Amino acid sequence: MNIKRIPPFVLFKNIVAWLLSIIMLVPLALIVMTAFKSGQDAVTLSFALPKQWDVSNLTTVIERGRLYRGFLNSFLYAGAGTVMTVMLASMASYMFSRRRTRGSQILYFFLVLGIVLPTNYVALMKVMQVLHLINQRIGIIFLYTATQIPFMVFLIYGFVSRIPISLDEAAVMDGCGPLRLFFSVIFPLLKPVFISAGVLCFLNMWNEFILPLYFLNATDKWPMTLAVYNFFGQFGRQWNLICANVLLTILPVIIVYLLCQKHIVGGLTAGAVKG
Amino acid sequence: MDKKKIYPWYLAAGAFAFYTVLYLLPSIIGIGYSFTDWSSYSDQVNFIGLDNFKEIFSADRNYLDYIRNTFWFTAATTIGKTGLALLLALLLSQNVKGMNFHRSVMYLPSVLSILIVSLVFTSILNPKNGILNEFFRAIGLPFLAKNWLTDPNLAMWSVIGVDVWRGMGYIMTILIVGILSISPTYYEAAAIDGVNGWQKFRYITYPLLKPTLAVTIVLNVLYGLKVFDIVFALTNGGPGRATEVMYTGVFKEFSLGRYGVGTALSTVMFVIMVMTGLFMIKILTGNEVQEQ
Repeated sequence: MNIKRIPPFVLFKNIVAWLLSIIMLVPLALIVMTAFKSGQDAVTLSFALPKQWDVSNLTTVIERGRLYRGFLNSFLYAGAGTVMTVMLASMASYMFSRRRTRGSQILYFFLVLGIVLPTNYVALMKVMQVLHLINQRIGIIFLYTATQIPFMVFLIYGFVSRIPISLDEAAVMDGCGPLRLFFSVIFPLLKPVFISAGVLCFLNMWNEFILPLYFLNATDKWPMTLAVYNFFGQFGRQWNLICANVLLTILPVIIVYLLCQKHIVGGLTAGAVKG
Repeated sequence: MDKKKIYPWYLAAGAFAFYTVLYLLPSIIGIGYSFTDWSSYSDQVNFIGLDNFKEIFSADRNYLDYIRNTFWFTAATTIGKTGLALLLALLLSQNVKGMNFHRSVMYLPSVLSILIVSLVFTSILNPKNGILNEFFRAIGLPFLAKNWLTDPNLAMWSVIGVDVWRGMGYIMTILIVGILSISPTYYEAAAIDGVNGWQKFRYITYPLLKPTLAVTIVLNVLYGLKVFDIVFALTNGGPGRATEVMYTGVFKEFSLGRYGVGTALSTVMFVIMVMTGLFMIKILTGNEVQEQ
């Protein structure tokens, strides 16, 4: 091994890593800086630091952008949707992974097929109308649940398979019924995957745009993504306000991401990488 | 043990019901509606046979362009993201200080809303005062300052570029985890045999990383075929129809109230995705079976 030749290459690697990180951070830095500029300084996004840090943008945005309501809506849709999805998906994947009969394998395949199928939004509108779910908060929560179930079943299935079946046998010996077996024996053991799957599911639902765009007309039911899009249309040139709005919208996501990073990366890579 | 009793069907009933009614059923009845003149202008829905499909596949309409654009976007972003991510993952999987920091930064764009990322990029790519063109002018390369989103020849590439920026970190993270999970004993043995860097990649890393690579390609292809947010926010299909993809096309038909054509376009998409999808699901679930 030629030890002398290693350092320049390692240096090069580190430089590449930093360059990439900077490229990734540029838009974020622009948003933060512009969010605190006054109106005249913010005709476009630029790297000039704000002449004075102006916090009024944030308050303006909260008042005029319906941000507060959007936040609550997003939180309700993503929160309720995540709880439902994770519950239903874990029960289903547990059943599939334990039975392993031909029928259950076909059903599993059938559900996971949803990962690839495109949604027919136009026909979905008809279904929503018939079920009286259109323009309803509960309707959006149901839709979010339906769209996330396939991937979550796929993700949780891998984890459930690793729980030893002897636990089930022991519990059944002790007289456990099927529901009790699942909820008091299996459920607690799934906690790690619930965190990964839950955070992932929550983020997907929080960032969802196309479903509310089709199925929520009433502005007071809009989640944050739709509110930001609408705000963008109204204040197209006032980048200080737009950036303040964007900043407040992505801040919760960034906080969740930083807190749960291990779980997010773990969850997303679990299906893809086999150790 | 009686598996039927311990693991009853009703455990899957909830997931199955939501998925079937709100996900699969619309696709199925959509196929039915795609043979009708269903629209917002009339209460009546009449069977019109293959007229909608004739319209979609006729040469003097733009729908075939939507399909072509979607494939183009899918191919370019898949190759771009996977290629760059693989190169970077190989480079950065070892000997980088603060790798955790870099990884979290590079991963960050994938957790943000695609819509919001795209909105921010409409300013960055603004031809007059966007920061990208300002940058090119500042470093003395003004000819590189282009009309990124309004030039019909360039708009699609800009959309692809933003998407590669956004999605590359995610693929790279997956690949780094994959590379790090390869047992170092292989490399140690190879070092004793005196293999060079390329051979190490060709005969150890690549074969062992192949399943992971396959999965990232599947994820990219599925995302690309279903793309909506980024096109909608960056160009909304424009200029003209230069960046119109299938899902933005469906939304336009929906907005115009032309539900019949909208469902027909969705049905074409459904057929394309079922054909590619069955193959892709095999790859995804295939990995899992191997493990057990």
